[in-house]
Amino acid sequence: MAAATATAERGRARRARPRPRGHLIGWAFSSPFVALFAVFMAIPIVASFLISFTSFNIGNIQSWTSAEFVGLENYTKALSDDRFLKSLRNTAYFVVVGVPGTIVCAIAVAVALNLVVGRMKTVFRVGYYLPVVTSIVAIAVIWRYLLAPDVGLVNSLLEQLGIAGPDWLGNTKTSMPSIIALGIWRNVGFSMVIFLAALQTIDPALYDAAKVDGARGWSLFRFITLPLLRPATLFVGVITSIGYLQVFEEPFVMTKGGPVDSTLTTSMLIYEQGFRFFNLGYASAIAYILFVIIAVLAVLQFRFLRPQS
Amino acid sequence: MTAAGLARARRVTRTPRASSGSAVGDRRPWGLYIALSLGLLLMIGPFLWMLLGSVKTQHELLASPPTLLPAAPTLDNFSRMFKRLDFAQFFFNSAFIAVVVTLANLVFCSMAGYALAKLHFAGKRGIFGLVVATLMVPGSVTLVPLFVLMSKLGLINSYAAVILPFAAGAFGVFLMRQFIIGLPDELLDAARIDGASEWRIFRSIVIPLVRPALAALGIFQFLASWNNFLWPLVALTDESKYTLPVALATFAIGQHKADYGLLMAGSIALVFPVIAVFLILQRQFTQSIAMTGLKG
Repeated sequence: MAAATATAERGRARRARPRPRGHLIGWAFSSPFVALFAVFMAIPIVASFLISFTSFNIGNIQSWTSAEFVGLENYTKALSDDRFLKSLRNTAYFVVVGVPGTIVCAIAVAVALNLVVGRMKTVFRVGYYLPVVTSIVAIAVIWRYLLAPDVGLVNSLLEQLGIAGPDWLGNTKTSMPSIIALGIWRNVGFSMVIFLAALQTIDPALYDAAKVDGARGWSLFRFITLPLLRPATLFVGVITSIGYLQVFEEPFVMTKGGPVDSTLTTSMLIYEQGFRFFNLGYASAIAYILFVIIAVLAVLQFRFLRPQS
Repeated sequence: MTAAGLARARRVTRTPRASSGSAVGDRRPWGLYIALSLGLLLMIGPFLWMLLGSVKTQHELLASPPTLLPAAPTLDNFSRMFKRLDFAQFFFNSAFIAVVVTLANLVFCSMAGYALAKLHFAGKRGIFGLVVATLMVPGSVTLVPLFVLMSKLGLINSYAAVILPFAAGAFGVFLMRQFIIGLPDELLDAARIDGASEWRIFRSIVIPLVRPALAALGIFQFLASWNNFLWPLVALTDESKYTLPVALATFAIGQHKADYGLLMAGSIALVFPVIAVFLILQRQFTQSIAMTGLKG
């Protein structure tokens, strides 16, 4: 940090400016981050784009230049690849059911939790948050055991009620709903914390005023709480959509994409094409298509859901 | 705050018209506690089931219908875990990687966050724009080139391969910038007038003032690294370098006759340190998540 000291001393000689204008200091402080970020983030993002126009495969890992330029071939191949289209439908299924499901559950829990005071509030908050900090692998181990058709707790509880539970993860009709339920279970705590914080910024006087006017439980929620949660809902909606569009871990550890590709998501297909078949060019093209979908949806959400002011 | 508001609302609304109806919170909300408790059971029940399962025998784990309490509690699963898997090695790998990643993020992200918040230099806007933009890029986009890059550098299967890409995250820079930007400029200017160097200001004034943010970032990074799964799975091919999640997943996935006892014991080893850290520091953690959420 010699540069920083030198510039500061020069500054003192000139009766210290209010804000240092030394470009060097700024870059010196940023350089470790910028260097790591450039090498392991920025360059790979660009490289991925370039690779997506080539026939890059396992043979090219050691000799990049021998990869053949194939133009848009990987992209046109994707658009006629039934498995890719199926993975898009599965991902859309996960997002369209999972995002509203997560938001509704999170708001319900947050509003309920906001009425609780004292020690119990902490107990509930920590409990609901626990799945968020838990490794997906441990979650898979326990839920695969809970959902096992023969020895699982879920089906034996259903049996007590006289219901014959299905083979949750082994049946094409129930596999995706199970994965979605798991996704909601795992992520609801994160959104809950955001909503809880947003609820605490609502001025209690608003409720007082509405009550004087005769408003009750549901209408208080509908006409005060919900509109004021709109910024938080937008934030949670965008973050959750971005995350869910990339869903990989849940199906990977629970079903490996099966049965019959019923839980194969786009991110899983990228992994499979890239690291099982080493079609790295094709995998990059799919990754870029997913990237564009995510970016477009994020922008649209900001456009249409932003609070009108 | 809202609870206090409701209490006040109750006092205010003691008019004949208002008291004829029953507003939320007029009675002790037992229904609310019951609903929240059922939800809580759904959230932590699986963990309790895992805890119970880890001390059951394989025979009992496969019993139908399942038993609630273990008939003959045993630590056999844990001792088999140490024998069959190179468990201590996996644990060390996970812990070592998580500690290095966390420390690197604390140093690099707070430095960059300070520069972006309080220093003026050409290119600053560009850096911040990139930081925000990449928060949106899916991890799968960088997966392939990162693998190619690491292979070319000969780093596949090394600690560096799983540390370097995460050593200075965009999220950390964003978080630290948001906190540091709130510090009063007058404070920093006063130190500058007294002749302190920028490094000195950063170390002696900024860092002590943003300690809560550093604690939050530290916990967040530690958990993220400890639980990180996809990239270590791709980049670590030799068993001696496996992290706990990779080892457990390799062992668990694709096995038809799953050794549930061993898996439960391994999962507890994977989950327990995290739960301990989280329980101790949960307040700081959840508060910081909420703060970034509201500012973002």
